[in-house]
Amino acid sequence: MSKPVYVIEKLNGWFGERHVLKDISLKIETQQVTAIIGPSGCGKSTFIRCLNRLHEVVPGARTTGSILLDGTDIHGPGVDPVAIRRRVGMVFQKPNPFPTMSVFDNVAAGLRLNGIRRRTVVDERVQLALKQAALWDEVKDVLHKSGASLSGGQQQRLCIARAIAVAPEVLLLDEPCSALDPIATARIEELLLELKRSYTIVIVTHNMQQAARVSDYTGFFLLGELIEFGETRQIFTNPKDRRTEDYITGRFG
Amino acid sequence: MTPGLLIRRRFTSVVMLSLTGVCTALVLGILFFILGYITYHGISALDWDFFTKLPKPVGEKGGGMANAIVGTIKLLFLASLIGVPIGFLGGVYLSEYGRKNTLGFMIRYAADLLNGIPSIVMGIFAYTIVVLPMGHFSTVAGGVALGIMMIPIAVRTSEEFLKLVPASIREAGLALGLAEWKVVSFIVIPTAFRGIVTGIMLDLARVAGETAPLLFTAFSNRFWSRGWLEPIASLPVMIYTYAIAPYEDWHRQAWAAGMVLVLLVLGANILSRLVLHRQLKG
Repeated sequence: MSKPVYVIEKLNGWFGERHVLKDISLKIETQQVTAIIGPSGCGKSTFIRCLNRLHEVVPGARTTGSILLDGTDIHGPGVDPVAIRRRVGMVFQKPNPFPTMSVFDNVAAGLRLNGIRRRTVVDERVQLALKQAALWDEVKDVLHKSGASLSGGQQQRLCIARAIAVAPEVLLLDEPCSALDPIATARIEELLLELKRSYTIVIVTHNMQQAARVSDYTGFFLLGELIEFGETRQIFTNPKDRRTEDYITGRFG
Repeated sequence: MTPGLLIRRRFTSVVMLSLTGVCTALVLGILFFILGYITYHGISALDWDFFTKLPKPVGEKGGGMANAIVGTIKLLFLASLIGVPIGFLGGVYLSEYGRKNTLGFMIRYAADLLNGIPSIVMGIFAYTIVVLPMGHFSTVAGGVALGIMMIPIAVRTSEEFLKLVPASIREAGLALGLAEWKVVSFIVIPTAFRGIVTGIMLDLARVAGETAPLLFTAFSNRFWSRGWLEPIASLPVMIYTYAIAPYEDWHRQAWAAGMVLVLLVLGANILSRLVLHRQLKG
């Protein structure tokens, strides 16, 4: 097996006085899908927001412990969070296309604002990203319409296209399907299996079936603690911890 | 549900709905009454001369307010030059960097206090800092007085509209690996831009009608004023002067000036909307 992308050691996270992540240690493997499951409020969203240092943007939020991305501590001295976020893309719970921008401009935003202005390059990479996000065929004739005019599922794929247009190494998805209907959800899941060939994917979900369908590894969070982490098949068929078993069999949640 | 409860609910619904309807009608009614009244009195004095000629000497009939129309435009231009950048950038600071800190609190508080200062006091202030050192009334002094008056509302409306941009949009920008200033400049501000422009237009409309501060600063005159350092006529001051004069013809012209002032503000509003609309499409 290749080297893991992320090595996380004793990660703790707080919102003000509230201790929401407790001693999380795990590894995220290259070009695999890692799912984070757990009931609401268990810290799973906070966890992935730590991976691109977006957690610290919230006033009063802080972390301790270490997160190594390809061997470098992302909280190390002299490490610019902006540079980390360029390597780690993110898709959010609710589709959030930039409301004043067209479909094309949404995908081009990351490129243009990071200084890539050559039209041919931008055109090419936008098209590629939209194709990778399985959206190109649906939007190729409406590229100049507002991104907000698309359906919810299309908007979410637009957000995926926007995230991958800047060619990150890792793609974080924070419950990307929770605002979508089953058909749109199925399309996104299909897409994830496709994207995993190029990117390392971490997906937070409270839909256990989704985790089982799309992921290679699964971590189960409960009340801020990582209860169990392992290969998805093992977690779902033969969980070692009683609480994991109770959760995936639907005894609480 | 019992029939009695149903009837009571329906009754309450009808009463409340009528109340809101009456209030809406009242607000619109007052607006249209004012507009109608101004038009009714002003339209008879409104002719081509009004827009192109200078005021006639006392006692002579006719003449126009071309100098005051241009004067108001010049004063509003100067006022925007001061009020819009300071107000807008202040709003950006409050919304993006000063939400919780002491400096933000102080700026917000100062803006609200400034907003409460009577306009005539603002006039005296501009008189002290501009007119006295220069030794005479001037367009610049009027522009400064109106510009300072614009700041508080420009700050607070810019701040409010920027705050309406959801955190999810900012986070989407940050997650793309963009520096914070880029997210603010190229994503947050464009998203709030329409609202900010609307707020600033309202602000401009408010100072367009200010009379008291101009009496101490731009003063007025009855001819063309050259450059920016001479006193200048403006529609509100002309309305004030003409309305209290004992001449019937001047009263009609005062109404006409009121109408032109309203049209000027309306025109600027429509123009800004058209420009914005075209920008979004293109």
